[in-house]
Amino acid sequence: MARSNAARKAGQGGGEAARLTAHPGGRSPLAPELDRLIHERLRLAILSALAVNDTLSFNELKSLLETTDGNLSVHARKLEEARYVACTKSFANRIPRTEYRLTGTGRKALERYLDHMEALIRAARG
Amino acid sequence: MPEPRRTEPRQPSPDIPLHDRAAENIRFIRDTMERAGQFTAVPGWGGVLMGATALAAAALAAGQPSVDRWLLTWFAEGWLAFAIGGVAMVRKAARLETPLTGKPGRRFLLAYAPPILVGAVLTLALYRSGSMALLPAVWLLCYGAGVMAGGALSVPVVPVMGGCFMALGVAALFAPPSAGDWLLAAGFGGAHIGFGIYIARRHGG
Repeated sequence: MARSNAARKAGQGGGEAARLTAHPGGRSPLAPELDRLIHERLRLAILSALAVNDTLSFNELKSLLETTDGNLSVHARKLEEARYVACTKSFANRIPRTEYRLTGTGRKALERYLDHMEALIRAARG
Repeated sequence: MPEPRRTEPRQPSPDIPLHDRAAENIRFIRDTMERAGQFTAVPGWGGVLMGATALAAAALAAGQPSVDRWLLTWFAEGWLAFAIGGVAMVRKAARLETPLTGKPGRRFLLAYAPPILVGAVLTLALYRSGSMALLPAVWLLCYGAGVMAGGALSVPVVPVMGGCFMALGVAALFAPPSAGDWLLAAGFGGAHIGFGIYIARRHGG
């Protein structure tokens, strides 16, 4: 149950930010690289929650993130289409169960996003 | 009352500098991970060691000539197990890089500690009233309740272990007093060793 790099980076606020250097004008030259898919709050929350759990069911995610069925469903579908999360549907005692897990692509995307955020902070500190 | 979650999309404000928004995003990710994270530092090998000392304590306690000496033996075992469990938990948390003072650790402690404190208070009360035969049941029930409550925030096998302790506690309530040490050995010894090996193998040590 070792923590993922993403969890480590989020917890410590460390990590390399080699792709960004301080910009004299105060604006980040990397702003266009920001992963807009992750930047949305609920999608960011879904990836963050899955980064520290092997799998989470639809209901667990809904309860944890305090959101609605429709909202979660829409955003989880977008992450699934981008192959950031994988979805498994099954039945438990005749009740449908939907489980999500973070894919390798999703984990790397979250790490890149964290690197990006850290780089912005470092750039501002100069 | 849980703090309100902010998962809705927000409009970027031109008044907030970019780096402040980046820092807030990192805080949001960290908070979400802490809320979603399980308490994974329940020590498996530490549990095995606690079980081994409990078996030794049960054998020693059974041969004590007086009730006070019997209680002293288990009292010493309690503190020894507490120390072993504490050290093992700190070491496992360090190895997994999961701070014990993070939200999962604090929630685990808040769930685990109250039944243990109740057990300590009841021990004192039963000792003073001379109802020592009830102590094995109280210890097993209170410890089981603590493990089960704390285990709800940890890996699924931990609450199962708590349930086993509680079942042994119920058995101790109805068993003859002479079975007390056997049931304590089965719980604090056998259950700790069995579940400890499982946790160590399946959940990182």
